[in-house]
Amino acid sequence: MADPHRLTREDVAHVARLARLDLSDEELDLFTGQLATVLEHAADVASLDLAGVAPTAHAMAVTNVLRADEPRPGLGRDELLAGAPAVEDHRFRVPRILGEAP
Amino acid sequence: MTAPRPAADIARDVRSGSRRAVDVVDGYLAAIADREAEVHAFNLVLAEGARERADDIDRRVAAGEDPGALAGVPVAVKDNLCTRGVPTTCSSRILEGWCPPYDATVVERLAAAGAVVVGKTNMDEFAMGSSTETSATGPTRNPWDLDRVPGGSSGGSAAAVAAGFAPLALGSDTGGSIRQPAALCGVVGLKPTYGTVSRYGLVAFASSLDQVGPFATTVADAAVLFDVIGGHDPADSTSLHRPTPRVTSVLDQGIDGMTVGVVREFLDGADADVSARIAAAAQALAAAGARVEEISVPSMRLALSAYYLIAPAEASSNLARYDGVRYGLRVDAPDTVAMNTATRSAGFGAEVKRRIMLGTYALSAGYFDAYYGQALRVRTRILEGFAEAYRRCDVLLGPTTPTTAFRLGAKVDDPLAMYLSDVCTIPTNLAGHPAVSVPFGTGDDGLPVGAQLLGPALEEGTLLRAAAVLEAAAPDDGRAPVPAARVGSGAGGAR
Repeated sequence: MADPHRLTREDVAHVARLARLDLSDEELDLFTGQLATVLEHAADVASLDLAGVAPTAHAMAVTNVLRADEPRPGLGRDELLAGAPAVEDHRFRVPRILGEAP
Repeated sequence: MTAPRPAADIARDVRSGSRRAVDVVDGYLAAIADREAEVHAFNLVLAEGARERADDIDRRVAAGEDPGALAGVPVAVKDNLCTRGVPTTCSSRILEGWCPPYDATVVERLAAAGAVVVGKTNMDEFAMGSSTETSATGPTRNPWDLDRVPGGSSGGSAAAVAAGFAPLALGSDTGGSIRQPAALCGVVGLKPTYGTVSRYGLVAFASSLDQVGPFATTVADAAVLFDVIGGHDPADSTSLHRPTPRVTSVLDQGIDGMTVGVVREFLDGADADVSARIAAAAQALAAAGARVEEISVPSMRLALSAYYLIAPAEASSNLARYDGVRYGLRVDAPDTVAMNTATRSAGFGAEVKRRIMLGTYALSAGYFDAYYGQALRVRTRILEGFAEAYRRCDVLLGPTTPTTAFRLGAKVDDPLAMYLSDVCTIPTNLAGHPAVSVPFGTGDDGLPVGAQLLGPALEEGTLLRAAAVLEAAAPDDGRAPVPAARVGSGAGGAR
């Protein structure tokens, strides 16, 4: 088990990158302090000895939920595309995904 | 004595033709016009659509049809429930202007029962908050005192019912977001058993915890709305395979012989005036024939920490979908990753960013087991704690919130203090159990106190029977959310 440590500004910058969030210097300072406080409160959980206790991801778990394999009408393409910020040729339009070809 | 049920009375009158739905709706729209500017319960009021819908119901009644159990009853719907062709924003800039292409199942069920949706209610952004102050459209104010918060995240729904803007409302409860605002606004709020009400069309926050439920001015009305929205939905893979609940019919069965456990851990951090009200609630249950005992459930102390790891972890995954590609806001940038980042940075508010980062951290390499894994094991401990309590008790009692409504701005800069206002409501969500908040008098400041009743999975009927007893016994200190001079100017929706 990793040792929970005091959250640093670098940790928050790293997590923001993973979450696709661009934070200003002021936001980084603010969030680092606030998130560290919350994680310190969570130290009571992190430090418990719960070896052998099974995790619960869903309190009312149901399994193998399948519907009958019958064709049904779905939402129309145009209806779904209507909410998109940019559309071209009946598709979602996005900016360049990969870098320029070498 | 018959329990008061103003919403059910409207439906009865509209179905019998003795009252027109359009008059009912006009009455509530007048109440909204009178006071919405100062309360800001709604992101959107659907005045025209509501009148058309009411007209349609009146025509159907005139033609001999029965529009259903909620015929002509105005309902306010939280703005994280999808409404086809009607903006659904989650009070976030990132979804501003987005119109869902389908209705949530609960919205369909409202329509099928003849209800009239009068508006989409304000909320904390993506339901993340306990005061409705994280909304991108500005805070909702508590109708009892405009300097106080209504609670959250379903603060707009609670305030709408308290202010007499609608006799019923729908909210969602992930860590207390129905019960906490219900308590702070002096109305009834029920968080149903996980899986009894469809989540299809509820914009996801933390999928293993989210549950849709009713707000009402009375227990009997909350029961009617729960009966309408509940029941299996094949469109929600976590929906339980159970028939539609029928709690309405059991409300007057009383609680003779029931065992009620007053949870010590919930009273520990509560203000003295709130604790005094809960003690009086316990006495009222005893006077009605229940056996009341104090009980300790130590694992409750761990729930808040576990919740603030589990819910953000699930949120960080659920909110990854807001990438500027398929719906909502896009901030242009030269490549897609930069566009995703610019969009999310501009579209999400501070609290949503905090939760996403907290969850991303709890799930990240090196910390997954220490935080998220541990929190899931604590969740098991909490389920065990409840199971032990329910071997001795039929229901548990405590305050819904440790304090009455706090002032706007009091906790916005201190996330942990804000999170602590949910300390009594969170354990229920982790367990997937039902719980209800019932108004039980006021605190020293004259603001409402909510008594919370908790029960085992699928025991909504038992809970609401006890809630009905509390409602009948609640001290009447002559206070009301609507200034006396305004009562009667609307539809008489306020008690």
